[in-house]
Amino acid sequence: MDVVFLSRLQFAAATMFHFLFVPLTLGLSVMVAYMETKYVRTGDKLYLSMTKFWGKLFLINFAVGVVTGITLEFQFGTNWSRYSEYVGDIFGSLLAIEATTSFFLESTLLGVWVFGWKKLSKKAHATVMWLVAIAGTLSSVWILLANGWMQHPVGYVLRNGRAELESFWAVATNKFGILEFFHTVSGAYVLSAFFVMGISAYHLLKKQHVEFFHRSFKIALVFGLASSIFVAAIGDTHGVHVSEVQPAKLAAMESHWETTTRAPIHMFAIPDEENERNLIEIGSIPGLLSLLGFHDINAEVIGLRDIPRDERPPVLLTFISFRVMVGLGTLFILLTLYGIIRRNRLLESTNYLKIMLFSLPLPYIAIELGWVLAEVGRQPWIVYGLMRTSDAASPIAASQVLVSLIGFIVVYGLLGAIGFYLIATHARKGPMEPETA
Amino acid sequence: MEAALQSIWFFLWGLLWAVFFMTDGFDFGVGTLLPFLGKDDTEKRMMINAIGPLWDGNEVWLITAGGVTFAAFPAVYALMFSSLYTPLLLILFALIIRGVSFEFRGKVESETWKKVWDACIFVGSAAPAVLFGVAFANIFQGLPFDGTGYHGNFIALLNPYGLLGGILFLLLFLVHGALWLTIRVSGALQQRADAAANKLWFVLAAVAVAFLIATYFYTPIYHNYLSSPVLLLVPLITVAALFGIKLLLAKQNYFKAWFSSALTIVSATFFCIIGLYPNLFPSNLDTAFSLTAHNASASHLTLTVMLVVVLLFIPLVIGYQLWAYFMFSDKVTMDVLAEEEAY
Repeated sequence: MDVVFLSRLQFAAATMFHFLFVPLTLGLSVMVAYMETKYVRTGDKLYLSMTKFWGKLFLINFAVGVVTGITLEFQFGTNWSRYSEYVGDIFGSLLAIEATTSFFLESTLLGVWVFGWKKLSKKAHATVMWLVAIAGTLSSVWILLANGWMQHPVGYVLRNGRAELESFWAVATNKFGILEFFHTVSGAYVLSAFFVMGISAYHLLKKQHVEFFHRSFKIALVFGLASSIFVAAIGDTHGVHVSEVQPAKLAAMESHWETTTRAPIHMFAIPDEENERNLIEIGSIPGLLSLLGFHDINAEVIGLRDIPRDERPPVLLTFISFRVMVGLGTLFILLTLYGIIRRNRLLESTNYLKIMLFSLPLPYIAIELGWVLAEVGRQPWIVYGLMRTSDAASPIAASQVLVSLIGFIVVYGLLGAIGFYLIATHARKGPMEPETA
Repeated sequence: MEAALQSIWFFLWGLLWAVFFMTDGFDFGVGTLLPFLGKDDTEKRMMINAIGPLWDGNEVWLITAGGVTFAAFPAVYALMFSSLYTPLLLILFALIIRGVSFEFRGKVESETWKKVWDACIFVGSAAPAVLFGVAFANIFQGLPFDGTGYHGNFIALLNPYGLLGGILFLLLFLVHGALWLTIRVSGALQQRADAAANKLWFVLAAVAVAFLIATYFYTPIYHNYLSSPVLLLVPLITVAALFGIKLLLAKQNYFKAWFSSALTIVSATFFCIIGLYPNLFPSNLDTAFSLTAHNASASHLTLTVMLVVVLLFIPLVIGYQLWAYFMFSDKVTMDVLAEEEAY
């Protein structure tokens, strides 16, 4: 096993693990801030205990998310030093701006929120949570602009043997990054809504803390419906942009081999990368790929055969990730729509509640697969069209990376197990205070 | 003009590391002292809650120092972190385990559970303290790399001067942490923290002297001072601040003693940074390959954009962090521990 492969595995393990926790941080912070604001406005103690209960789950989740984020910033230097040296002028500055403008605010104020219940006025305390939520969102703007630059580099000039910044404005307004931001953050909101609905469903099924969880469920339901629709809509726009700037990713997403106009989408297909075709294609809808990719049913879509073999991403993984993500995304809209219809009869809708309980992990799968699609689909490039992943790794010994990779798996495996165990036990225990609604 | 901008960034880079050592330093110290000063669970919780609201914000200085190295000196970021692969990953794993320990520790009512996380807090605080010292001491000496790459390994970093640097950092942070405790806890625990700071101060002073002498023999740090002796004012401030700790501690003026310790750490860092200038990552094989503020910097535009960002936002960060510090500079009482949110 070579350094590039091991470093890729390590980065994938570290980011995918980190991203098990980030989306809930993004979405739950907003919901907790909303609950606390409701408490401040109405004085209703139930909102206070909702703030505290969901806030506690938020904090356990945040702890794992934040510590695993630290390694990511440093891994570019440890494992991808050639990449770092080549693009640090642009990529590095986005990470530095993230820390300076957003992460400081989030981390400092979260400490204030946790320990400041008696030190701040109610209003100030709720404001602090809003600032935490806003800072987290701002963080993701910069991180996704950084990723967006890897997907679609803009605003640079090749000089002194590296990519140098030419227009900060172009980098900061990169359409790819901005679309990624809206898609990722709304996906994170969907995940957080399903988290709250899943846990609420558990208690509602047991008929305990009914008012508490009924209210929580309804807040999450509205949040979830709006964000599932938004994430799909922005995903569509994002897809059009991908078609334009990353034709190889689009072709791999759909396992589309032959360049054609009126390109079809196959409801079911099995890609055969060796022979550059699909083994099976069932339920082809002509023109749908052209329509989705270019919003024009007659548009020409480049097939993988017209892309050199060494510039194609792994087709099967890209193809499956996209399918499952879109399928799940559709399901989320249906589930939340149905929930809206049943919102005042939730307690009787035991089957629906059961479905929502067991749907809790689904947005996690969808959001991880979204990243697999984005990152695997970008291969073989680390910066699309500019630098190959195989040219980007550090000149270090494979054994070093192997040891650290094992370390990551063991430490993160344990952390993940303990983190989710604690979230689950505290979620099952329900709110601490007796209801005083 | 270009050289001036690069030099500004060199010292900003140093400043970020100095502030990181000054802030996260005391919570490394408290974490390391945890098994020695906390006699029972209540005292241990007092210690943890004394840094509870602040450690996370402190750690962001590390993220920012790393990010700024990446942005302003990409070649340094690339070579430094890939060369120091093993110690850096050990630091990161330690910080990961430490960070979750605070959150996890109180979440299950079990003696064994708490003991495990106490051990993690200890290791996760002591290890980074020592390893940062080892890493920086080796940077001051220069590292074995040339045009063909890095030729060192982790064991070679544990040379006498490197280890001395590790011990010095640990002691600086231990004293700094003990002083923080004298501010935030009371009763017997406070007295123990006071006594610990007093005793550790003598060890620190002895190691500091040894380090200053060893620095002369092992590193070129003094060169810049010999060419412009006025700079010696910086190490003089360090020495004065170090003595200030002892004097203020004797008067039980804990706030001022802690500030004196903060000044010691910042000026000690600057003593080394000034001596290092303009090198960021010097080679001890052939100085032609040393990475400096001038041959390893980002483009003019990036340095300018980043300077604007830093000048706008870092004062803001300092502002709200000071606000948080003053909010949490009072005593950790039993009432605080009884709160649902306390660690």
